[in-house]
Amino acid sequence: MNKMDRRDFMKLAGLGGVVFASGLGVRAVGASKPGDELRAAKGEFYFVQLSDTHWGFDGPSVNPDSQGSLKKAVAAVNSLEEQPDFVVFTGDLTHITEDARLRRDRLAQFRDIVGSLKAKTIHFMAGEHDASLDRGDAFQDFFGRLNYSFDHKEVHFVVVDNVSDPSATVGVKQLEWLQSDLSRVRKDGPLVVLTHRPLFDLYPQWDWSTRDGSAVINALMPYKNVTVFYGHIHQEHHFMTGHIAHHAAKSLMFPLPAPGSVPKRAPVPWDVSAPYKGLGFRDVEADVRNARYEIAEMTISKA
Amino acid sequence: MRITLRTIVIAYAVIGVAVCTVVVCSASPKEKVVKLAAKKFEFSPAEITVKKGEPVVLEINSEDVKHGFTLPDFGVRTDINPGTVNRVAFTPDKTGRFTFACDVFCGGGHEEMSGTLNVTE
Repeated sequence: MNKMDRRDFMKLAGLGGVVFASGLGVRAVGASKPGDELRAAKGEFYFVQLSDTHWGFDGPSVNPDSQGSLKKAVAAVNSLEEQPDFVVFTGDLTHITEDARLRRDRLAQFRDIVGSLKAKTIHFMAGEHDASLDRGDAFQDFFGRLNYSFDHKEVHFVVVDNVSDPSATVGVKQLEWLQSDLSRVRKDGPLVVLTHRPLFDLYPQWDWSTRDGSAVINALMPYKNVTVFYGHIHQEHHFMTGHIAHHAAKSLMFPLPAPGSVPKRAPVPWDVSAPYKGLGFRDVEADVRNARYEIAEMTISKA
Repeated sequence: MRITLRTIVIAYAVIGVAVCTVVVCSASPKEKVVKLAAKKFEFSPAEITVKKGEPVVLEINSEDVKHGFTLPDFGVRTDINPGTVNRVAFTPDKTGRFTFACDVFCGGGHEEMSGTLNVTE
């Protein structure tokens, strides 16, 4: 397993692996990318990943705009000149509460806010904040299955649930479902996995892992073109397990420190001189023919 | 040499001391047992100090709900079920400060539920 920095990832471009663009924001809000029509004609598409929105969080020293960040993100996505084919939310839609009724209220409010997205195809997945205390019951009532798959323009997307079991376990039954689902996919076909927690042991000391994540990765290894997008760690992070690329997304509520960089994991305090620093979403351009994904990290504005 | 009863007794005593010495020298160090309590959202004690090479047994109980205990740097973990004492045994082979944490999501403060194992020479 190798930690990859940006230069390493750029080198992979020549090997038909994953590339990602600079984190400076390749495409400005509202701008279109040259060749959009050509891209569409070639079967390429793009989707947007938003993650860890933690609707319901309240902590002014961490995010004084906790009621506004998600709405700003929705506005930012809506202002993109070309709308994404679909949007994915990779978990922790809402912030933890042990009150079951409040959990449902938050899920409803979240649903209503993201209902304003122009993109009408939205794929949701749960985080532990949404699902670990009730095995995902409330989440399923609002958004459907915890694990599922779908196809889009020859790419097979699989959503893996590693949160509804509070021990952060995917479980034997779901692993069997995954094996069965993958059996329909060509070994060289483009495959994208969407999940909440890291499937590898990113930093288990901070609960940044999946108990049986290695079993999931082993199930994916026979497939040549696999990319994983996930959340949970509230920061951009890129890692390879063999040929499989894992990309963590920023949060839309608060950033977390780099793994092991401080003694305790705790939200990074709000920086008054740089509002919304560390928060953002990403768009992912899929080059289906070459199974490549160009990732652009986007910010949310204070407007 | 005339073997008397006194000689035999002395011989046995010498052999006995030698055997005891060998047994004591090759015996495993006595394990250190530490009792650890888990509850929402803390471990008590929050910091444990042990010595490198000294076998450790943690006896962990939960005072409320199911928790988990993980100490990734030494490859040990256990579920902590209420009403039982859960034991993990290991011998630390390196010095430093290492994080242990709850790895069964237990509620709002779960992410703060951690402690430190301090291993000294």
